[in-house]
Amino acid sequence: MTETVIQTRDLTKEFIRDEFHVVALKDANLEVRKGEFVALMGPSGSGKSTLLHLIAAMDRPTDGEILVLGENLRSLSDRAIARWRNEHIGFVFQSFNLIPVLTAIENVELPLKLTALKKKERMEHAATALKLVGLGDRLGHLPRQLSGGQEQRVAIARAIVTDPDLILADEPTGNLDAQSAQEILTLLGRLNKEFGKTILLVTHDPHAARFASRIRHLEKGELLPEGQVPADYTVAPM
Amino acid sequence: MAIPLAYNLRNLTVRKTTTIMTALGIALTVSVLVAVLALVNGLRTAFETAANPLNILVMRKGANAELTGGLARSVFEDLKSKPGIARAADGHPLASLELVTVINLPSVQNPEGTNVTVRGLTEVGLELREHVKIAEGRWFRAGRREVVVGKSVAKRFPDAQIGRKLRFGKGEWDVVGAMDAGQSATNSEIFCDLNQMSGDFNRFDGLSSALVRVPDAVSVDALINSINDDQRLNATARTEQQYMDSQTNSAAPIQYLGVFVSIIMAVGSSFAAMNTMYAAVARRAKEVGTLRVLGFSRGSILTSFFFESLLLSLLGGVLGCLLVLPLNNVTTGLMTFSTFSEIAFNFRVGPEAMAIGVAFALVMGAIGGLFPARMAAKKEILVALRDI
Repeated sequence: MTETVIQTRDLTKEFIRDEFHVVALKDANLEVRKGEFVALMGPSGSGKSTLLHLIAAMDRPTDGEILVLGENLRSLSDRAIARWRNEHIGFVFQSFNLIPVLTAIENVELPLKLTALKKKERMEHAATALKLVGLGDRLGHLPRQLSGGQEQRVAIARAIVTDPDLILADEPTGNLDAQSAQEILTLLGRLNKEFGKTILLVTHDPHAARFASRIRHLEKGELLPEGQVPADYTVAPM
Repeated sequence: MAIPLAYNLRNLTVRKTTTIMTALGIALTVSVLVAVLALVNGLRTAFETAANPLNILVMRKGANAELTGGLARSVFEDLKSKPGIARAADGHPLASLELVTVINLPSVQNPEGTNVTVRGLTEVGLELREHVKIAEGRWFRAGRREVVVGKSVAKRFPDAQIGRKLRFGKGEWDVVGAMDAGQSATNSEIFCDLNQMSGDFNRFDGLSSALVRVPDAVSVDALINSINDDQRLNATARTEQQYMDSQTNSAAPIQYLGVFVSIIMAVGSSFAAMNTMYAAVARRAKEVGTLRVLGFSRGSILTSFFFESLLLSLLGGVLGCLLVLPLNNVTTGLMTFSTFSEIAFNFRVGPEAMAIGVAFALVMGAIGGLFPARMAAKKEILVALRDI
């Protein structure tokens, strides 16, 4: 369990917005090992989502190095990144991002369309993933026929169906009620503990972060050293 | 592998109203084009089925239409003795001297009168037109003021009924029969006895044309060359088929106008399709971002939206064809400038016209879909995900 999954070195992301120079992330150094469940915490605008997007190769850094699963993402072409993302990354969004016109099983099958699997195999895999998240009886339901918590579980099934090496979750409980949020976090915890999935969770909710085995805090674009929390950080009682 | 087709099909179904309105716009354009093609196709069929591949039409040199043919009787006498002309069982040459002119008859649609072609011919002329059958009554008799009308003439002109009389030339003519010439343009003609007609119109020597038959297909060119090279005859020969083809050109202005109108309408329809697809891309920006995160390439996104536009236009194309389908076999009339008379024929909405219509729709869809699809594919993932 010592294999490094994510390694960033002095990772920086800057951009110009309305003529203002914005430093979204500055010299971030992060290392995540295989099988870890790491939470990135921080208030809005602290740079946690920016870091997650850079790790998922959804954005390109301004400076610094980034190695994910041993791959230097800066050197890959657009097409190669798309293929790499499909094979190695499972992404869970805050607002689920299911395709509204496709059923639960079709949504989960989507990433498998890029593999060499046959239709029957793809459907079997998708059904298995949905059963794993407790939605074996909702295969033919459209997203609008599901509750928020169920939608997020479909999204998690979609993220794990390709058996990715890394699951990236961007505020996955942000749009959910407390009970659904608890279920989703428990599910992510199970995926980490029972299936050994490496998970990087972005959240501003201290309660959600407690499900992680390690927490890293960000403040104003800076990734604080291991164990350090922002000055005004207070943990709400459970 | 591509983004599933169900994704595009269901998106089109979800926004029903937009889909139907855009498809209807394309359908109207396609229907105009297919209707014009059906009209030209019908006219072509009318002329093509009137022609026998072994028949050769002879007219005065330089003449392009029978109406202005001007063939002298003496020329015909020389012509029918030419070797290479087929003979009937009793030995007479299969050569028919004919006189063609135009008369004015009041029709249901046009009470002031419409031009109709009258053809004077002998029994040999009827022998050379196997496709023409008497449908009602009987054939005209030689030396009598009798006419047989084509079935389209009988249908469109109240006076052209068996038992009634038509007034042209020097007096009245009895309608004694109605002929059925299948789909051909002969249905729009009136047949009568050649000599009786030439007397009525004072054209004893200056007749219109001659129709001759060759025994087989290999003799066609030889006889044409022989007639064209014969200085005494001073005549031009061509196959009946070639002559009928040139008559079809009378529909060319309508065809060009129809295609022109269709192209103008297509520009509008393409913009409608483009507008619909731009709206679809804008509305589904987040889905585009999600698909990219799942691993679909820019190419897959482009193909998917482009294909959706093609599906939309295909629907329009099929709707357009369905709109025109009721026109199939509807009879219409067209004034041709070569005969200066009205030819009645049926619209023919054939598979070819419909295929062209659908292909035209797909071109509209391709033009309308390309730029929005390109825009969708070029979106950066994070920009797409943040778009509402």
